[in-house]
Amino acid sequence: MISKSITIKNRAGLHAKPASLFVQNANKFNSDIYISKGSTRVNAKSIMGVMILAVQKGDEILLEITGDDEEAAMEKLIELIDNKFDLPDE
Amino acid sequence: MTSQKEPLCIMNMKEFCQELELEVVHCEVESFELWDGGINRPGLQLHGYYEYFDASRIQIIGKVEISYLMSLDPRLREKRIDDFFSYDFPCFVVCWDLPEVSLFEKVAQKYHRILLKSKEKTTSLTYRLVDYIDTKTAPKTGIHGVLVEVHGVGVVITGASGIGKSETALELIKRGNSFIADDVVEISNHHGHTLMGEAPPMLRYYMEVRGIGIIDVRMLYGAKSVKQSVQIDMVIRLENWNEHSPYDRLGLDEETTDILGVDVPLVTIPVSGGRNLAAIIETAAINNRMKEAGFRSAQIFCDNIAKHNEEVAESRKQEEE
Repeated sequence: MISKSITIKNRAGLHAKPASLFVQNANKFNSDIYISKGSTRVNAKSIMGVMILAVQKGDEILLEITGDDEEAAMEKLIELIDNKFDLPDE
Repeated sequence: MTSQKEPLCIMNMKEFCQELELEVVHCEVESFELWDGGINRPGLQLHGYYEYFDASRIQIIGKVEISYLMSLDPRLREKRIDDFFSYDFPCFVVCWDLPEVSLFEKVAQKYHRILLKSKEKTTSLTYRLVDYIDTKTAPKTGIHGVLVEVHGVGVVITGASGIGKSETALELIKRGNSFIADDVVEISNHHGHTLMGEAPPMLRYYMEVRGIGIIDVRMLYGAKSVKQSVQIDMVIRLENWNEHSPYDRLGLDEETTDILGVDVPLVTIPVSGGRNLAAIIETAAINNRMKEAGFRSAQIFCDNIAKHNEEVAESRKQEEE
C-alpha cells in the first residue's frame, strides 16, 4: 500500500466534472484506491463517494492505493490533480 | 470516576430538548459534555449518601424523590438539594411535569446547572434517554457497497467497483425490495451487537448506474421502494467468477465478516454472465433468515443422505447374514 497527501489546486475543487474525471481515471487501474478528507474515507472509484467528500480548493486529501499497479495509479492521479484536471480553471 | 480524555459526546441543548421533548427551566449554555452514558436516579444522594456516586451521569427524578424531599423539614430539604447541586453533573431532569421543579430553580442558578422538566413518566424517559445516548455515541464506520432490505433481511452488497452492485440493487427494487444506500453505507453499532446502516444524508435515495448516471430511486420507483435505515443481517460479496476458486457447493461452512466488532454472516457469490444475481441474493437472504430460525437446508440435506447411507449399509449387512 502506498499513500500520499495532496492539496487540491483547481478553483472548483473535486466537484461534478473534476470528480467525474478523477473517478474515471481511478477506474482505469486494478488497485483499490481510497481517498479521504478529515475522518471521511471513500472509495475513489465511486463518483457519489468522491462528491460527498466536498473537496474544495486548498483542501488536503489523502490517497491510499493498494494493488499491482499502485505506483502507476498514484502517478496518474497526482498528475491529474496537479494539472487541475486539464480543465479551464474558471 | 472517568479516566477518558474526551467526552462521550457533546450534546446540543436545542437538539437534545427537541428530540426528548424536554422543557428548559434553567440553562446558561448551548451545549454540554457527556462523559458517561449512564443515567442516575439520585434518591440515595438526596438522602445524603455520596460514598458511591457518579456525578458524570445525567440525573433524573420523579415522584419518589419529590415525595421524599417533601417529607423533609424545609431547612433540611434545602440543604440536601444544595448539597446535591454542588456536584458538577451534566443535567438534572424532573419528570411527570411536577410543579415541585421550582424547588431546584434557585440552586440551579447558584451552581450554573442545567435544569429541565419532562411531561413523561420517569421510567419511560429513562429508556428514551438511554436509547438516545446510545444512538448518539454508537461506534460508526463507512463501507463501500450497497445496502438493501430483501424480504425483511438487511443485506450489504460489497464487491469491486463495476462488478454490478447498483445494477443488482436496481433489479431487487423492481422485485419489490427496498433500497437504503448506494456507494457509501454508514454503519453504527448499537448496544454492542446490533448494526444499523444508512446512507450519508447527502446521498440518501440516490444511486449511480453506469451509463445512466445518478438517479433518485424514491422519485423513480416511489416511496415504497426506499427505506431510511435498516438493521444489517448479512453481507453478500460479489466477485468475478474464478475457475480456480473453490466456491461453496454445499453451504455447510458458515463464513462471517467483522463489522465494528460484530460477526456478520458472509456469503460470497461469483458473478458471471447468465446468473440472475437478484434471484440469488433473494435466496441467500431467505436462507440466512431460515438459518437464524434454526433451519439449515444444507445440514438437513446432508443428514438425510447420511441416514440413507446408514440404512443401506444396515440392510446389506442383514442380507449378508
